[in-house]
Amino acid sequence: MEKILSRPKALKDFPLSYCPGCGHGIVHRLVAQAIDDLGIRERTIAVAPVGCAVFAYNYFNFDTTEAPHGRPPAVATGIKRTNPDKIVFTYQGDGDLAAIGTAETIHCANRGENITVIFINNANYGMTGGQMAPTTLLGQVTETTPFGRDPQREGYPINVCELLAGLKGTKYIERVSVCDAPHVIQAGKAIKKLFKIKLKEKVILSLK
Amino acid sequence: MLSNVSGHLHRSVQVENKMVKKLVKGNVALCEGAIAAGLDAYFGYPITPQNEVPAYMSKRMVEMKKVFIQAESELAAANMVLGACATGKRAMTSSSSPGISLKQEAISYMAGMEVPGVIVNVQRGGPGLGNIAGSQADYFQAVKGGGHGDYRLIVYAPANGQEMYDLAYNAFDVAQKYRNPVMLLCDGIVGQMMEPVDFNKEQKTKFEDRDWILDGCKGREPRSLKSLLMQDGVLEQHNLDLLKKYQMIQDKEVKAELYQVEDAEVIIVAYGISSRISKNAIKQAREKGIKAGLIRPVTLWPFPSDIIASYAKPGVKFFSVEFSLGQMVEDVKLAVNGKCPVDFLGRAGGGIVSDKQVLDKIEELAKK
Repeated sequence: MEKILSRPKALKDFPLSYCPGCGHGIVHRLVAQAIDDLGIRERTIAVAPVGCAVFAYNYFNFDTTEAPHGRPPAVATGIKRTNPDKIVFTYQGDGDLAAIGTAETIHCANRGENITVIFINNANYGMTGGQMAPTTLLGQVTETTPFGRDPQREGYPINVCELLAGLKGTKYIERVSVCDAPHVIQAGKAIKKLFKIKLKEKVILSLK
Repeated sequence: MLSNVSGHLHRSVQVENKMVKKLVKGNVALCEGAIAAGLDAYFGYPITPQNEVPAYMSKRMVEMKKVFIQAESELAAANMVLGACATGKRAMTSSSSPGISLKQEAISYMAGMEVPGVIVNVQRGGPGLGNIAGSQADYFQAVKGGGHGDYRLIVYAPANGQEMYDLAYNAFDVAQKYRNPVMLLCDGIVGQMMEPVDFNKEQKTKFEDRDWILDGCKGREPRSLKSLLMQDGVLEQHNLDLLKKYQMIQDKEVKAELYQVEDAEVIIVAYGISSRISKNAIKQAREKGIKAGLIRPVTLWPFPSDIIASYAKPGVKFFSVEFSLGQMVEDVKLAVNGKCPVDFLGRAGGGIVSDKQVLDKIEELAKK
């Protein structure tokens, strides 16, 4: 029988540690597929966040580094500026990118750093047990919003894509979802497009 | 070469027939030392009294087609260093005390990930925002951890413009040799003072291949730099491996200057600017017939404990001179280990200890 689909070379054969239903595994696969398709695995350096996806370096089959919580855009800036021939991307959650790392995110985008950011927004801090994130929806119950997110008490969710789209340094933003098969296909196309554009320019992708 | 850039910061001094020294601020000397060492990238943020460093680098690095970024914070600047050094490049950040507190996060990660960044602290008075006067109050922060976890930072303490240049030049080799972050612990006075400096180092251009850097996995297995080691016992083993490295550094990298110490009955231990004031006092004491001497740690970690211990003989009195309320004196006491009395002279909050005060202390101890 002819084999028509297999694991991308950019993804290791290693059991994922993510919870059932989590989108990380799907997005890892989509990122790996895009990197395979573009033939850039051997010149890619990824920056893993603090959060569940810190373990991305166990799964991606290319060079990876860790970064302190929220600092992947700064670490990626240091890598890319001193290695302009490399493909550099960060993989960050909502707490990492939009709370503790807000300054790094905004200024990295504003400088127009030639990197890609894969932003995974699940509207809570997953690794630490489901606390409120900056993107937690109004009324959403989390470990630290037991009565639901109240804008009078916790403020409003931050619309990250809209925020970054207002900066001149940002080249491309697309918000996609991995909630079902059609959306996964759409997300895969978006990620590939990102890495393609990114070979020249700076882009940001948000996944919901 | 130098006279073409940032001309307001330095002037040439013809000292001998061929050797040309430049009259520069210590902060500029350290920039040139780092550049001669092959600096690929500088990441900074404004704070007094180190503002000459980012200002100078913003011109020099760009002219040389190297990387200069004024970061959004000291946090970001230090993490940019982490990123650049993870790829084997030579990168540096500088700041002053409050900014160095922010850099501790990246320093701890670099220690854990064994990424050889270079960090410069041109110390000012603290705690908190403190003031902008020269100080030596960050000794504990530099040599006892500063950031979280079991780690050591290699810490150099330049005492003059020439050493700002020389030690900055060496810092990158030492950092990469041991895969360990290195700090230059300076102070606002040495940073701001203009002194003649001999820019005598050859420009480094070639570096050894390293088998740990992230440069894309072409023709090899992928590499990963991390400090998160969750499996049972793995972190402890990593800590023990780091300990072995630290012990090797302690064996090989201790640097100290000895001044009139062989016959000394009163021995001062002082580093940086306070060592120079102490030397003046020692000269005056010697003229009065008092046998005083100086042990000047050039490396604050590894600390020259064995050297200090070798002079801890009966009848000798020690004291440290610091621009703080007494920090290094604790390490002097540990080194002397109860064999001699150890006293302290210092001022805080940017106050300057005078050579007269040091001389008075020498005389007081000599009489005891």
